[in-house]
Amino acid sequence: MDDPLIVVALVLVAVSATAAVAVRDPARQALVLAVLGTVLAVLFTVLQAPDVALSQLAVGSALTPLLIMLSVRKVRRPQRKKEADR
Amino acid sequence: MTRRTRLFVAALGGTGLAVLLVAACFCLPRFGGAQHPYGDRVVRASLARHTANTIASVNFDQRAFDTLGEMSILFASVLGTVVLLRQTRDEHRAAPEPEQVAVPVRRFALLVLPVAVVTGLYVIAHGQLSPGGGFQGGVVLATALHLLYLGVDYRALERIRPVGFYEIADALAASAYLVLGLAGLVAGTAFLANFLPYGTFNTLSSGGTVPLLNAAIGMEVACAVVVLLARFLDQAVEIEKGGEK
Repeated sequence: MDDPLIVVALVLVAVSATAAVAVRDPARQALVLAVLGTVLAVLFTVLQAPDVALSQLAVGSALTPLLIMLSVRKVRRPQRKKEADR
Repeated sequence: MTRRTRLFVAALGGTGLAVLLVAACFCLPRFGGAQHPYGDRVVRASLARHTANTIASVNFDQRAFDTLGEMSILFASVLGTVVLLRQTRDEHRAAPEPEQVAVPVRRFALLVLPVAVVTGLYVIAHGQLSPGGGFQGGVVLATALHLLYLGVDYRALERIRPVGFYEIADALAASAYLVLGLAGLVAGTAFLANFLPYGTFNTLSSGGTVPLLNAAIGMEVACAVVVLLARFLDQAVEIEKGGEK
């Protein structure tokens, strides 16, 4: 734990993970999750696990936020249409 | 059992688990120590099999059976998504209208798209040599294709992404992994045994069956993610509530 780089990465992970929980709007949450994914990838790289970091980068910061955004869009779409009809 | 007894049992179990976990943590090796008994053995085994990336050696040689399980999980979950997100009787497809894309977004997406595709292919092809491999490269490759949706529109994406083709390729890649495992049974000693010559260390063809299994996983993951995203995109963009039109 004496490596300052590890400490910085750990703090960044803690901050962005807390932010992901604190943000209530799902669409924004997806963006914060993408940031968390990137920060976790940095942590894994610092801990000398580049393979895991690559998976984390691809899944955590690209795929998962994309799936969440698409689900949010699907859930919100009929409401928007109703508003347009009024 | 009254509420109080239940709470007591839960508290007892929780405290016991906490005590055991804390006690176990004190017996763990220190964070970032120099002693790695498992690491040393794994590196020795992967070097003996001429595989430069130890992780690839673990995933596709020493623990190839675990990877078969993981691949089946992905395959089954994508299959479940396909069944769940199908078009039901009270829904219809509405062709999405083309939307204006901001010029910088379009330029960026079309610039990054080829780079991302090549990166994905590179990561898959060099799985046995450098960090990465079939899973990572497959996800990069599949998500890269969707930059076309960001940069142009949904119809452009649909043109280069016939979902039926990717579904078949997904199943073929999953079977290819199984067939390679069975080939180990026939030509070698056991299911998923590394029966091919190991080749020259640190070249693309080194590692025996590792590059082949890696390529099968790459194809499986890329196709699975494309199919998964296609189902989500269909729901988000095309399929609407209401009877057939």
